[in-house]
Amino acid sequence: MKKPKITVGAVIEEPGSTIKNKTGGWRSFRPVRDKKKCTKCGLCWQFCPDNAINENFDVNYDYCKGCGICANICPFKAIKMVKEEK
Amino acid sequence: MEKTIAGISTEEFFASGHRACAGCGVALAARHALKAAGKNTIVVTATSCLEVFSTPYPETSWRVPWIHGAFENAAAIASGIDRALKTLGKRKDTNLLVFGGDGGTFDIGLQALSGAAERDQNFCYVCLDNAAYMNTGIQRSGATPKYASTTTSPAGKIIHGKTEFKKPMPFIMAAHGAYVATANITFPLDFINKVKKGLAFDGPAYIQVYVPCPTGWKFANNLTIDIAKLAFETKITPLYEIEKGILTISRKPAKEIPVKEYLKLQGRFKHVTDDEIRDIQQHVNNEWKRLLELEKNKSRVC
Repeated sequence: MKKPKITVGAVIEEPGSTIKNKTGGWRSFRPVRDKKKCTKCGLCWQFCPDNAINENFDVNYDYCKGCGICANICPFKAIKMVKEEK
Repeated sequence: MEKTIAGISTEEFFASGHRACAGCGVALAARHALKAAGKNTIVVTATSCLEVFSTPYPETSWRVPWIHGAFENAAAIASGIDRALKTLGKRKDTNLLVFGGDGGTFDIGLQALSGAAERDQNFCYVCLDNAAYMNTGIQRSGATPKYASTTTSPAGKIIHGKTEFKKPMPFIMAAHGAYVATANITFPLDFINKVKKGLAFDGPAYIQVYVPCPTGWKFANNLTIDIAKLAFETKITPLYEIEKGILTISRKPAKEIPVKEYLKLQGRFKHVTDDEIRDIQQHVNNEWKRLLELEKNKSRVC
């Protein structure tokens, strides 16, 4: 097996490389947005700790940990938390 | 022109995939602080949750140059970077942002921070105040509020959580002549503006941002923003700035809300008695009165 390369001083050479780590697997509830109710106010985008909501307010399920802040903060109740099922 | 949503830049310098708990306030504060600082920034982080969850080797969430040294020396590292940038003639176009947790700021990193401020070093220090050592297992710190139960101040028969009030860290930094501001993640734009102001300030700047921790404070992780908002509305964490020793309150809550509303949502306060709630309320009222007087008199806070 090839030994992993360890850099001098444990310098990490690739900026923003945690995107390799899909934290979406942590989720037990997924946020689902109702596009009819959404007014694009941007509150969900502002308060997402995981940058998992993009500029069009779509959820990136690769990274969403399912905390539910977006559903809770939405003044129009446009986001519902739905249980994840396999 | 850069694209913004509700006045906040859409450029992200803090990548997804970090290992913060779901609903983490620290991750949110780091995201917004980086938006304020922008691309030409060097970040120093003290040992903290932020350091651990953002850089699990060999990965990093940071899209700007970033360095971690130890728990106590973030401000000392920043001092070195500040001097080096000055020598290289690059100080003007580089932002120097330092992150420390409340433990790494109020307790362990205080002497390095005090020294750097006394030497008038130029950087913006952001203290991520989640009111205990969350990363190592919720031990009490100088920032833990009175009566909060932590693993080293557990609520039981002998004590009812921590027995002391929070250290007045912003005033300690104001006494050093720093630009001081308190912020709350409920108001991201206010926080971003304060970080920008701190970075532009010629000298040390200290910004203490209030970041609820679902794991340590024991509340449901969708309530992070609600709790931060209640902390502001109940005046537990007032928002103010201190410039050249003069205090101005940035924002005042519209209505009176008793501290009980804030306490009852959190498991760390579930043991508090009515007498203890009165004690907390009394303390909050006195502090608020003192702030109003300081603002009214326009006298130097220290």
